[in-house]
Amino acid sequence: MSKHLIDFIDISKSYDGSLVLDELNLYIRENEFLTLLGPSGCGKTTTLRLLGGFETPDQGRILFDGEDITNLPANERKLNTVFQKYSLFPHMSIAENIAFGLKISKKSKAYINDKIKYALKLVNLDGFENRSVDSLSGGQQQRIAIARAIVNEPKVLLLDEPLGALDLKLRQNMQYELMRLKEELGITFVYVTHDQEEALTMSDTIVVMNQGYIQQIGTPEMIYNEPENAFVADFIGHSNIIDGVMLDDRLVEILGVKMPCVDEGFGKNKPVDVVIRPEDVELVDPADGYMEGDVTSLIFKGVHYELDVMANGYEWLVHTTKHVPVGTHVGIRVTPFNIQIMHKPESSDEKAVEIDE
Amino acid sequence: MSKFKQQFLAGPYLIWIVGFIILPMLMIVYYAFTNADGGFTFEYITATFASETNRKAMILSLQLGLICTGICLVLSYPLAMILNNMQIKNQSFIVFIFMLPMWMNFMLRILAWKLLLSKNGVFNSILTSLGFERINIINTPAAVVLGMVYDFLPFMLLPIYNSMTRIRKDWIEAAKDLGAGSITIFFKIIVPLTVSGIISGIVMVFVPSLTSFAISQVLGGGQVLLIGNVIEQDFMQGMQWNAGSGLSFVLMIFVIASMALVNLFDKDGEGTAIW
Repeated sequence: MSKHLIDFIDISKSYDGSLVLDELNLYIRENEFLTLLGPSGCGKTTTLRLLGGFETPDQGRILFDGEDITNLPANERKLNTVFQKYSLFPHMSIAENIAFGLKISKKSKAYINDKIKYALKLVNLDGFENRSVDSLSGGQQQRIAIARAIVNEPKVLLLDEPLGALDLKLRQNMQYELMRLKEELGITFVYVTHDQEEALTMSDTIVVMNQGYIQQIGTPEMIYNEPENAFVADFIGHSNIIDGVMLDDRLVEILGVKMPCVDEGFGKNKPVDVVIRPEDVELVDPADGYMEGDVTSLIFKGVHYELDVMANGYEWLVHTTKHVPVGTHVGIRVTPFNIQIMHKPESSDEKAVEIDE
Repeated sequence: MSKFKQQFLAGPYLIWIVGFIILPMLMIVYYAFTNADGGFTFEYITATFASETNRKAMILSLQLGLICTGICLVLSYPLAMILNNMQIKNQSFIVFIFMLPMWMNFMLRILAWKLLLSKNGVFNSILTSLGFERINIINTPAAVVLGMVYDFLPFMLLPIYNSMTRIRKDWIEAAKDLGAGSITIFFKIIVPLTVSGIISGIVMVFVPSLTSFAISQVLGGGQVLLIGNVIEQDFMQGMQWNAGSGLSFVLMIFVIASMALVNLFDKDGEGTAIW
């Protein structure tokens, strides 16, 4: 993890008058697995397409290895893309598809043949050279699309929701495959997805985006454990997001109850959003809790039970391994360390926060 | 519905097909291989190539057909690309406008061209009023080709345009991503993926231009004798049914051969949409 390979500087982009990206600043380091995560329409695909060279920004610059590539056409950029719809050429065999980029860069026949073999082995599809695109399943086509991209030895591989069309089991397998590939190739991956689990599993760095703004940049652990605002907290897994008031350093009041926490520096009597993960809510004896409530629903989820607990006018989402029947009177406790305090957004329009690096 | 009833319903169509398609064709074949006395002969088949007039007409037909097809292809391909790349909502409406002349009577369109091109026609009036020399294009093969191109252009445009609309934008982007410039994309992606459209277009234009006789009659003014005109004369003026059938039979072989070519390449059926 060293120097910046790619820099986005003040990038803005709008389509038909609606702003998709607003003064985006982002850097991508060498050999990093960076994921752009967000709901549809958040600007993550646009960011990737700007990097791939399929769109030009209205404003701002993109640097690649210190070189301005903002107006460089896609075919002259040293990066390759794996498209969401695989986009294999239907009139070519698998081998011809993989060889496409190599033929353009005028590599020798022997080199191309070696590369095809190597790439097919890498994606576990040895011997598929002469198959037609139609005869392959979705997962296989996706592997070929990856093979077609990596034979060109790009410095950066861009992946646009490559697993979106696959079923759950295959998707999970492909996640491990991609991590292995990243390991073996030692190149930078820029990955776009709306699937938070995918992002958490594979990434070194996650960039959470919403409405054209970056909401948070950080490691998966940071994003999950310390979301910077309500949007991130809500998007990365289910959470209890409660209005609160920061009374003083390390003391917050929610739902009329004062609770100790670990955050400092918010000032006194400042309105904040409080995030508590469902697995961090402890169900205890009513007398021992910060507040009392009743279990209103119970769903078995396999690894855990998902409960709703009505307490102090708020319906708490709770994950627990204990079976607590509906109607049980319980107490709620949260360890100070598990209470996450976040600034409220400045206004309802601007749901973004400035990122201070 | 019982099987018998279903077959019964097909009856009228069967009668139509047999009476108006198969029977006339068989009669053509019969006349082509018999002489005036009803005896079997190859005379009228070989006459296609043996007689000077027929041979000349056949060669001219093939020439003009090829030229017409070539011009249609050269005009249609870029046009189809432009139409396909237009960033507008109602693309099909623009395509419809290009098809619109097809809805007008065929003879009317040809007669309109005659008026436009004739010695004292619209074009020449404009040219002379501007102080230019008249051009005498009417009654030449060039006028016939012009009429053919005008009439048959949509048959080339539509299949090519159809096959082009099926090229996904992300294929183009993938090619760009892999380092292909515009020229490589054109020859390695766009052309191979429109081959079926090109082949159908070629046949759809070549077959009618090869067999046409009305265009050459009106715009050629009797000076341009195509194989279609010879056949027409054999039937209508000379009452030589055998000779006419012999020529028709040979022509039919050409047409069937081209259709077979279509079936070989055009697996998506672009061509059948308008024929």
